[in-house]
Amino acid sequence: MARLTTENVGVAKEIISRYPRPKSALIPLLHLSQEQDGYVTEEGMQHIAELVGVTPAEVLGTCSFYEMFKLEPVGRYVVNICNNVSCMLCGSDELIHHAEQRLGIKVGNTTPDGTFTLESVECIAACTEAPALQVNYRFFNKVSTDGFDGLIDDLAAGRLDDDVPAHGTLARVRQHIPDDRRAGSIPPEGQTEPAWMHLNEPPASADGGEPS
Amino acid sequence: MSDVAVTINGQEIVANKGELVIDAAERHGVYIPRFCYHPRMKPVGMCRMCLVEIDTGRGPALQPSCMIECTPEMKVDTQSPVTKKAQDGVLEFLLINHPLDCPVCDKGGECPLQDQTLTYGPGESRFVEEKRHHEKPIPISDLVLLDRERCILCDRCTRFASEVAGDPLISFLHRGNETEVNTFPDDPFASYFSGNTVQICPVGALTALPYRFKARPWDLEATESTCQGCSVGCRIAIQESRNEVLRYLGVDADPVNWGWLCDKGRFGFEAVGAGNRLRDPLVRRGDQFSVVRWSDALHATATAITAALGSTGPSGIAVIGGARLTNEDAYAWSKLAKGLIGTDNVDCQLGDGLPASAVLGLPKATIDELCAPGATVILLGPDIKEELPVLFLRLKHAVQNDGVKVIEVSSMPTGFTKYASVSIRHRAAEANEAVRALLDGIPAGKDGGGADARVLDAARALVTSGAPLTVLLGRTSLSEQPDAVVDAAAALVDRVPGVKFLSGLRRANVHGALDMGLAPGLLPGRTTLAAAGGWFGRVWPQVPTQTGLDTTGILQAAAAGHVDVLILLGADPLADFPDRTLAEQGLAGARTVIALDTFLNESAQQADVVLAAAGFGECEGTTTNIEGRVSVLNQKVTPPGSARTDWIIAAELARILGSDLQLESVDDIRDEIEELSAAHRGLTVDVLAKMAYGDGVVVPLPSEPAPGADGDGDADGVGSEASDEAGDEASDEAGEPETVGADLERPGPAPIELERTDALEAPPIDAYSYRLVTGRRLYDQGTLVSQAGHLAGLAPGTVLRINPYDFDRLGVAEGTTLPLRSPRGLVEIEVHTDREVPRGTAVMFFNQPGADAARLIDATARVTEVRLETGGPS
Repeated sequence: MARLTTENVGVAKEIISRYPRPKSALIPLLHLSQEQDGYVTEEGMQHIAELVGVTPAEVLGTCSFYEMFKLEPVGRYVVNICNNVSCMLCGSDELIHHAEQRLGIKVGNTTPDGTFTLESVECIAACTEAPALQVNYRFFNKVSTDGFDGLIDDLAAGRLDDDVPAHGTLARVRQHIPDDRRAGSIPPEGQTEPAWMHLNEPPASADGGEPS
Repeated sequence: MSDVAVTINGQEIVANKGELVIDAAERHGVYIPRFCYHPRMKPVGMCRMCLVEIDTGRGPALQPSCMIECTPEMKVDTQSPVTKKAQDGVLEFLLINHPLDCPVCDKGGECPLQDQTLTYGPGESRFVEEKRHHEKPIPISDLVLLDRERCILCDRCTRFASEVAGDPLISFLHRGNETEVNTFPDDPFASYFSGNTVQICPVGALTALPYRFKARPWDLEATESTCQGCSVGCRIAIQESRNEVLRYLGVDADPVNWGWLCDKGRFGFEAVGAGNRLRDPLVRRGDQFSVVRWSDALHATATAITAALGSTGPSGIAVIGGARLTNEDAYAWSKLAKGLIGTDNVDCQLGDGLPASAVLGLPKATIDELCAPGATVILLGPDIKEELPVLFLRLKHAVQNDGVKVIEVSSMPTGFTKYASVSIRHRAAEANEAVRALLDGIPAGKDGGGADARVLDAARALVTSGAPLTVLLGRTSLSEQPDAVVDAAAALVDRVPGVKFLSGLRRANVHGALDMGLAPGLLPGRTTLAAAGGWFGRVWPQVPTQTGLDTTGILQAAAAGHVDVLILLGADPLADFPDRTLAEQGLAGARTVIALDTFLNESAQQADVVLAAAGFGECEGTTTNIEGRVSVLNQKVTPPGSARTDWIIAAELARILGSDLQLESVDDIRDEIEELSAAHRGLTVDVLAKMAYGDGVVVPLPSEPAPGADGDGDADGVGSEASDEAGDEASDEAGEPETVGADLERPGPAPIELERTDALEAPPIDAYSYRLVTGRRLYDQGTLVSQAGHLAGLAPGTVLRINPYDFDRLGVAEGTTLPLRSPRGLVEIEVHTDREVPRGTAVMFFNQPGADAARLIDATARVTEVRLETGGPS
């Protein structure tokens, strides 16, 4: 639980090779680190700094901007209950209160067994499905208190493993970009201008010779 | 540079094309308040304090004047009601979370936030909620503390760290509502330049440990001077209260330091008032020193000198050192040693520099020429980040912003490697082979000093590209002779038309000491005994005819019993001479040792007479930097006890010796230098008086006004917060040759020329040994660092680094401590691998705690060869 594993270093190098500048791969690499350990460790950030050639302080500066990168250990399942207007009108306050009772922890904490972390979050763009929540950023809509209990039971029993992988997992199919379609490591100043840059140019002026 | 007409507050002004509104306004006397903008860094428009109404034809609108370039017909209003309301509002926002603990804040009294709140602010806040709280202060390095509550997030320190210093170890963290500046956990802001963040912080968020709670700004008195931490010659303000130097601030000298200082220079002030400074002269009585009166000490010295003159003659007297002295001190000592006593055994370098002819006898470049846009630079010298840190900043800036291409020629990786276009790695002591191969290709039967042929090709393409070429020439390694570097310089000057050289010698005023003739065979004014004996004979009682010994030669002669009196002129050979064994033998062998110093250092403890000298900040004078730029050192405090200025000691000694130096004041000395030294023509007392504040001038002064001498684009519109206008004017006037007129044309002795060695054969390769490469670190056990309380202890120690290929043959684990043996001695040292070190080479650092390189180095060998003893059969 620390630096990237040998296997993940291979993945990291492939990710870095997709970008003209290694530093651009910072965010995907932070995801990789979070996927490996469930949160982004200091050792992980130091390792990423070595891989892309920046200082650990710059990695932390980027990482700490994003709420969804966790700098402390979290539970296997991070439960985010929406507390914004639509959800609140449809009972999210009661749902959050119920969740605290059911899990035996206050918002912002992790159960002692390390299974659940409970968070109350701002709008998650599911107002039509209020009250809504996410587990590891997978949606569960119109959740009642009973429904919440059932969800927790299912998660604890591993019945939802297919839908909700452990915290940090983005997708279980690794993205591979074929060699002929990747941007390659041509720095921006060496790239040719994209075709659309010239689409809206005015036609050559009337007195300026033949239009080509 | 084309001009742009702009209206500011109803007044027509002429701005330069591309000039920022904030700069153009300031240049014309309209100050726009700002926090984040700094003239030496790229603008970011973070703080919004410089919002003014700008009308570019579409009606007035609030825009940040630090981000907007002047355009024709632009109308700027910095006093409109809208502008005033914006300033009011921005300050009210900035003060929301600021603790307003000004009464206990070090910045109080010189704080831009305080000053600008008073001038432009609302007077009261409507914010009644709880302010944010942080632990305060937290150390972010050994020298700098951070109070996050005071921080207004202007991005100056973080920009400085990444943009200027290249050490982005501090960063904005938790950006958003809880943005803070901080380091990565347990990864301190250990930058050589961290002190600059304290100076540019517009609030009291960053404070320096050595100055914290020492004084209030209104109690400080300041004068300008030139830092003597190394030879770059950064301009500083010495700030003092109650006769105690309390801090240095960087002053923006456009041709030199741009306002920046390294931490060694900035915090070296603590050595000035250190408790164990020498206060009075000492004379040895048996094993003990007794404090004596000056006349006793000087008579003891004069008696020894007279006895030596009577027995051995002038050659029985030798002088080592002089780089600590001012130019005037150095001249007085030069006149005393060479003109009065008649010895030429005088050397201001301690076997760690270059021959005088290589420093003074090559076409000289300035720092601005080194960093000129589009130029090509060859680094053939020490690691400039470690030895000449602010020069490193200048050259790094030139590489990153002005298209300067750098070719590094070195046997070890340096702090500049990552900014160099090409790094040529050659075997130690074969820099000349590499440089000749760079110029001509690798000759048959040779291998270019072990350098990679493709790398040499890439370097050749840069050298032949037609861009002006400048070489930074210095001592690449302390454990080899300088002859390979000198031979490489000869090859460059012969083969590349127009090539210029910037000296890379590091001792504070070593260039001034050389200019004043403190080297064997040399006379003041960059000339030689042979060329100028007659010229000086008119004024000096005598001039030596035979070229004398350098420091290595002096120590060898002393060890053999041929030196009756050895005078250490602010030199500590036991600590600073590369070969400790020889230094010990030399000091033991000299019959009488006289030390003039500010501290009772290791060598002074061996002396028979110790003369307490006044140090930096305690005496008037001038100093000369790597470019040959002469700038004025002003006195701010009095010397401790009865300590005296070095030139006064020289003059008194001359009197007791029954003669007279004819020098009764610093101005007398300046007159005589101007009169006798061809290099200092025109540098009269009047000119120097005008230069007391200002950048100084490069000598020799041009006899014709240089075309476009004022055309330095960087200079324009970049005002420094610390510099004052009087100083700038003075330096401009001093730089104008018409103030000295045709007087410059009077005849003088021929200047010194590069002495070439005959064809230099590379030393034979010994497959069982490593060639030792010895570099320096910024922090070592030298006097300045070890006597400055907060710098002492920062010396990192040294390991031995060798190529992984060599390491594998040792059959030991990384980091194993092994005995390292040379013909001179044995040390125990940790061994590590480094791919950047060439095979057959071993790299370590000098004068560090732990393994002592000086115990290994043989100053008489072409290159010191060392062996690692693994003990087992291998």
